[in-house]
Amino acid sequence: MIRVTGLTKDYGARRAIDRLNFEAQQGEIVGFLGPNGAGKTTTMRILTGYMPPTDGEAIVAGYDVVAESIEVRRRVGYMPETVPLYDDMTAFDFLKFMADLRHLPKAEDRVDEVLDMVGLADRAEGYIGNLSKGMRQRMGLAQALLHRPEVLILDEPTIGLDPGQVVEVRKLIRDIGKERTVLFSTHILTEAQHTCDRVLIINKGRIVVEDTPEKLQSRLLGAERVFLRVRGEMDDLPKLIGKIKGIQSVEMKDDSALEFQFAPGHDIRPEVAKTVVNAGYELLEMRPLGMSLEEIFLELTTNETHRRGAK
Amino acid sequence: MKNVWTIARREYDHYFNSSAAYVIAFMILLVEGIIFTVVLQNYIANAFQSFGSAPDVSPITGNFVFLMVFSIPALTMRLVSDETRTGTMELLLTAPVRDWELIVGKWLGGYLFILTVLGITLVYPIILNGLITPGLDQRQMISAYLGVVLVAAAFLGLGVGISAVFTNQMAAFFFTMGTFIFLWWLIGFPADFAPVGGDVFRYLDMKSHFYDSLNIGVINLSDIIYYLSLTALGLFIGTTAVEMRRWR
Repeated sequence: MIRVTGLTKDYGARRAIDRLNFEAQQGEIVGFLGPNGAGKTTTMRILTGYMPPTDGEAIVAGYDVVAESIEVRRRVGYMPETVPLYDDMTAFDFLKFMADLRHLPKAEDRVDEVLDMVGLADRAEGYIGNLSKGMRQRMGLAQALLHRPEVLILDEPTIGLDPGQVVEVRKLIRDIGKERTVLFSTHILTEAQHTCDRVLIINKGRIVVEDTPEKLQSRLLGAERVFLRVRGEMDDLPKLIGKIKGIQSVEMKDDSALEFQFAPGHDIRPEVAKTVVNAGYELLEMRPLGMSLEEIFLELTTNETHRRGAK
Repeated sequence: MKNVWTIARREYDHYFNSSAAYVIAFMILLVEGIIFTVVLQNYIANAFQSFGSAPDVSPITGNFVFLMVFSIPALTMRLVSDETRTGTMELLLTAPVRDWELIVGKWLGGYLFILTVLGITLVYPIILNGLITPGLDQRQMISAYLGVVLVAAAFLGLGVGISAVFTNQMAAFFFTMGTFIFLWWLIGFPADFAPVGGDVFRYLDMKSHFYDSLNIGVINLSDIIYYLSLTALGLFIGTTAVEMRRWR
């Protein structure tokens, strides 16, 4: 369980996070999204007891992060963004060291178990300095999972992993999230969509939006966009497509490509395809355009200025 | 306390994985070996002419302390600063480890390493004990070794404290060595000239607590307290520096 009220952190004159409020329940996976420098890492460092906030309160696993820091740290597993590890230690020795710091009983058995869980059992005796980026990432995860923490806080856990590993790590996070609280940061929207129960979007130290991934998508999108390319020049094709029922807009991209939008739930792509072929064009490409995080931000920030301007 | 031991053991093992620590240990033992040879040669030369006193361990311990002024900064410089530089500090500070446990653990790891090197020099008193009759002055030997153990504790405490203040290893190295040189040779210097407070300078002088008493077989409680206070001061500086870093 995580409960954050009015959390603020200043670095000198710069305010890194500004009166954050949010909650994460047990059995919930919360995605923490935002561009670089939005305050994700700062928030996580406060929640893990690494540094105290300037103002506000954070309760993690039932304990205050400032007054009962040690209790919080006992119950939290944290994987820092840079995945700091001791390169001169073997994978096994490193995890044994971390397990000892947490006073785990039967530490050796647990270390073997966790190494197995992250798929590094065969590298147990190898030095950490020789591990690849993806393996280091998984070592960081292993270290966070050692003590079966009530709350798991992961800073960009899938960065640098190959696609197969990304799927594995997401699955691992989902499994853990069934019983525990997981807060993880990412700047990849699809990742949040695949894994999270809820998404927090943070920008310039403030929470801009808090919602489930599905609702967020439809709320922001309002329309589905499709990219279309034909062989040769299009001439009158945009006009023809514009006449199709349910279309919202058509926009030329270049001589042979365009983008069109339609209301979600009324898929008109088959009709568009038919129109293209009937008009004698050769259809080369038609693909849906997802909304990138950058666009969502643009959307959110401009909406905010509009709202402010209206007041 | 278990955390202190866990951290100390990691640091101790780390020294045996690093070539720098071996080089330091080798240099100390090399110089000690040369000094022992000279002591032995003098003894043999004097024995024939039947003058001069029986040799004791004071040249061995005295020089060990001298060598520590230059070698301990190299042993302590990375202890805390390296954790900050590589980011592993984040792991330690988010584990259920108190700041003082971290610092004391680091100190203990380095301390055990230097005590290991010191332990190797015990072969010299053992050899001497076998060579001379009626054997070595046991009291002086115990006192002198106790002195080295205390001075080492103080040097390491200060070294760890300074290493926690700096993020740069070289800065920590030179600042630590500067502090040692100041406390060892310079601070006692005004004692005989200062119009007032001469006793204060004399008390603060790090070497007089060793060479004038412990190394010649005189164990005073005040000397023991002096070195333990310096150790505590270093560890306090280290703990405070870690705490301050959290608040920045």
